[in-house]
Amino acid sequence: MTGGRAMPRLDLTRNETLVAVVVVLFCVVTAIIEPNFLSLPTLFDLLRGSIVIGIFAIGVLLVLISGGIDVSFTAIAAFAMYTTTLTLTSLGVDVPWPAAFLLSIVIGTALGLLNAVFIAGFRLPTLIVTLGTLSLIRGFLLTFVGSQLISNMPPSLREFSRLVMIRGTTADGYFYALPWAFAALVLVVVGTWFLLYRTMLGRTIFAIGGSLESARRIGIPVRAAQVFVYAYVGALSGLAGIIHASLARVANPFDLVGLELSVIAAVVLGGARLAGGTGTITGTLLGVALIVLVNNSLILLGIPSTWQMVVIGALILVGTGVPAFQAKRAALRAG
Amino acid sequence: MAHEPSPPPASRRFDPGGFLLSETGRLTVITVLIFVAMALLAPGGRFVSAANLSSMAFQFPEFAILALAMMLAMLTGGIDLSIIGIANLSAIAAALVLSTLFGAQAAGADAGLAIALAIAAALAVGCLAGLANGVAIGVFGLPPILATLGTGLMFTGLAVAVTGGSAVIGFPDAFATLGNGAVLGVPVPLIIFAVLAVAVALVLNRTAFGLKVRMLGTNPLAARFAGVDDLAVTLRTYVVSGGLAAVAGLVIMSRANSAKADYGASYLLLSILICVLGGINPYGGFGRVAGLVLAVLSLQFLSSGLNMLQVSNFARELIWGALLLLVMVVNGIGFRRPR
Repeated sequence: MTGGRAMPRLDLTRNETLVAVVVVLFCVVTAIIEPNFLSLPTLFDLLRGSIVIGIFAIGVLLVLISGGIDVSFTAIAAFAMYTTTLTLTSLGVDVPWPAAFLLSIVIGTALGLLNAVFIAGFRLPTLIVTLGTLSLIRGFLLTFVGSQLISNMPPSLREFSRLVMIRGTTADGYFYALPWAFAALVLVVVGTWFLLYRTMLGRTIFAIGGSLESARRIGIPVRAAQVFVYAYVGALSGLAGIIHASLARVANPFDLVGLELSVIAAVVLGGARLAGGTGTITGTLLGVALIVLVNNSLILLGIPSTWQMVVIGALILVGTGVPAFQAKRAALRAG
Repeated sequence: MAHEPSPPPASRRFDPGGFLLSETGRLTVITVLIFVAMALLAPGGRFVSAANLSSMAFQFPEFAILALAMMLAMLTGGIDLSIIGIANLSAIAAALVLSTLFGAQAAGADAGLAIALAIAAALAVGCLAGLANGVAIGVFGLPPILATLGTGLMFTGLAVAVTGGSAVIGFPDAFATLGNGAVLGVPVPLIIFAVLAVAVALVLNRTAFGLKVRMLGTNPLAARFAGVDDLAVTLRTYVVSGGLAAVAGLVIMSRANSAKADYGASYLLLSILICVLGGINPYGGFGRVAGLVLAVLSLQFLSSGLNMLQVSNFARELIWGALLLLVMVVNGIGFRRPR
């Protein structure tokens, strides 16, 4: 490019820009139709709604960058969350909430390592492995651990759900609050950013996603990196699961599973490629914002909630189809 | 090696070790073992009773046809996550045709016409949906996982939006034949599956198209250099896959006597499991219909047997997941062994 000093133009071929434009358009149109949309309660609802999906999405981003895909993370989250709660309530001991979180994260990590055994150990296709572990983990949870709701949550977790970062009341009497759980999402985002862009391990993950064979030949420990990625996703799932249960104030073993497609949609919309090696945290967060907006506010646009799935499906096709088509044409032109 | 006399072909043919190592041989043994185990375990010999055998023959065709649809996508090196969405959307199209053209009260020649129109509508919707997949993958270059994830959400979403999420009912009695009838004691759905399986096997093994599908799945670049029109092959494969999913949708609809957006949700994992168990290589190119049929049978035996042993649905999910992982590990080791 010669015009390096030209005005920065809106580059619509980048997923981040595209999704940001769609998010802004969505908000503007919704605000015109429903002026109440632009208010603090709406903002805090959306932020609350993005905590669990956001943590999941960061984990999925890491897997996609490494060249794999994971659909089992919701089952891992449900398993870790339910098993932790059940252990605490049946033992009757009241440990502080960080200990409960730690237990859930450890369980999640262990289940993530199970994925790693099949993917890094046996080199099996990631989609089919995680489809298998999804039903294995969920089946084990519902058969052997339990299938009953736990509504009397341990006191420490109830206490965690009452920890509020910001609270207030609008002029016309609407209450709004942001729980401290949101800080967990911020921590995960900052930590993962540091991991991806400031550590050797992060560069390794990008490298194996870019080309597994090249990474292997220059002496990168491919399997060790894969083990780390799936363990990390497991740990994040355990965290997201226990936060979900704390905020909902109930541990429901049937929760969370079924969310995986929306999360993958968010990450892919944000520009991560299934082929691996590509993806940004900014894009992922924008994708999460778009999916949460569609889930929460589609009805304000006058679109009935029964059309929600169609809209998300269309977003996936358009959001990934446009860049894929451009890449294909560019490749054809290059010969 | 050069000094060893090569064994005569006849003795190799009866070599039990060689037979067991072949994909089909191993699967046959697994299928027979599961059948025998269930026959022994189920109380009072109920597993081998005529009633159970007949009920199994009615149960498996619907997901076996879905597995055929999945197999075609997998052979090209892709995957079709939208088959359940296609099946339900096609069934709902047929159901809407039936319930508008035909109230549940009328009968006679009208019913035949309405059913024919309904089946045509379902097949048209299925093929169009498959075409949409093919265009997304072949023309726009989307990875098959993403393309069919997106279209699958859209098909299911459309089915929800059109019906408001409730079941469509009110079909003529004759329509029930498709899923519940029998000709000379052979269940109609079983006949449909047998015809489709033979047709798919013939197309894959005896036609140029079948060869191109497997070439594309083995090595897309080499296939293109060999003059294979990859776009045409992709489009046709996904259209056929969509059509097969529509047939499965019709069978499910006839057996349930209704059509709904969320029927058969567990069949997606099951059809992938059947393909992998049946030796269809998830990376594309390799796989036989015979393997798929054996996989279907062994899973149906396992499922019915566990049902008689009063194992819960959740435990069945656990067993299916474990089986999928186990089979892939065993197959993966088997693949590596020769080299």
